Amino acid sequence: MKTFGPGRWKEAVVAVAIAATIANTGCKKKDVDPFPVSGAVAGWEKTGDTRVFAAKDLWQYIDGGADQYLQAGVVSTGTSDYKYQGELEAVVDVYTMGNAAGARKILDSGQTNDAQKVQVGDAGIAYEQSVTFRKGPYLVRIVAYDATPGAQQALIALAHGVEAKL
Amino acid sequence: MKSRREFLKEAATGVVLLGSSAAADRLTLAGVLKDHAAVGKSKVVIARDASLHGAGTQPDEQHVLNLLDEAMSAYTGREKPMEAWKSVIPKNILAGGVIGLKVNGLGGRGISTHAALTMAVAERLQQAGVHAGNIVVWDRNERDLAACGMAISTDPSRVRCYGNDAGGFDDEPVSWGTANIRLAKILTRECAMVINLPILKDHEAAGITFSMKNMYGVVDKPFTLHANHCNPGVADLNCVPAVRGKVSFTIGDAISSVYDGGPGFHPERLWYPNALVVGEDRVALDYTAWQMIEQKRAEVGMPTLEEAGRAPKYIATAADSAHQLGTCDPNRIKLVEV
Repeated sequence: MKTFGPGRWKEAVVAVAIAATIANTGCKKKDVDPFPVSGAVAGWEKTGDTRVFAAKDLWQYIDGGADQYLQAGVVSTGTSDYKYQGELEAVVDVYTMGNAAGARKILDSGQTNDAQKVQVGDAGIAYEQSVTFRKGPYLVRIVAYDATPGAQQALIALAHGVEAKL
Repeated sequence: MKSRREFLKEAATGVVLLGSSAAADRLTLAGVLKDHAAVGKSKVVIARDASLHGAGTQPDEQHVLNLLDEAMSAYTGREKPMEAWKSVIPKNILAGGVIGLKVNGLGGRGISTHAALTMAVAERLQQAGVHAGNIVVWDRNERDLAACGMAISTDPSRVRCYGNDAGGFDDEPVSWGTANIRLAKILTRECAMVINLPILKDHEAAGITFSMKNMYGVVDKPFTLHANHCNPGVADLNCVPAVRGKVSFTIGDAISSVYDGGPGFHPERLWYPNALVVGEDRVALDYTAWQMIEQKRAEVGMPTLEEAGRAPKYIATAADSAHQLGTCDPNRIKLVEV
């Protein structure tokens, strides 16, 4: 018989927190937990609990970096750590914006001319150690802490895993 | 008056800035000692080691320790590390005061004060006579400290390490100008002196973050100081007596940095200055840090922070007659590169 263990409880709490945040702001968005569980994307393990920040608390996570998201209408932000094949560590940030325009604004403002366009979500860009994409009102940023061979492909695979849950 | 462009150019070639009469002075210890007495000059040392990282992504601990020694020697004019440290730590604090090491882990593991630097400073302090338990490594919270590679420890026989989340904040707010905040108890009740260990970064709101901006990590609600590109928030906060009085020395981590997209970790904008930036004048330090960021942005063809609409104007505010925290006049900064 399957049990609803501590890990499941945490996931449930996170999902409820995200839903509550969105509900409190009056947005009509589907309730999602965008973070793939360990093994859902080949080689990737979810190594930390998901933390969720309402817009008013985003400073606790990125402090001065929060302003651009607030100006673009962020509603809530979820973040979790991952590890690929036991070595490459990465962090996944999912920003739920008020609308698709907000997500587009952030993605466009963060692009440089050496960004590589990738087919993830509605639009996406990649660098050697990071992938950023938007899908509807969601802006997703995945960053690896080290540059290793194959890191970008691994990040793109994880990005697809997140995209599928949005 | 020396322009910012000239300041950068001369800094890049390692010239000691002493005005036109000594503009060609090279970096010798004798030159440093001679210039130390220069009236009204704020000394800033940039110590570099291109081999700091070796083959890995993390800096080599011994290289960092050596670079720290070199920086302290250049700053104090004392060749022996212990003599250098004893010249910047007051005797009464060496004898029993608590010294806080304020690190910065907000940007996450990829762009936080390096543990190798923090532990090198802690090691030298102990060798200079500071009891291990009288050294407190601290930041906003446990997560930020973990990003700096530091583990929580409250063992009084060892170097301690914990965050404001455990230490708490004073009940009563303090005010200076626009700053109306509650200060971390670690600052107000524990530390007799703070050595500031910020990490050099571009900053979306402030322009750059280095010495003065790192003090946002000692207050309960830093977001209340973000308006108008953190100006005058940064300057006002640094005028709060406990901050102004206790945070008296900075050993800035420019081992790695982000020249755009900060304060978070943007690996595509990461670069390795492989440097430590040392001094007492927090304004001169931030001015120098700003020029380092601008120099890198120019190298990669990016607009200046002024052109990007986010020049760190709080630096000039901190130097104005109302704040008097230091100088941002390049003619009054004695920049030493080793």
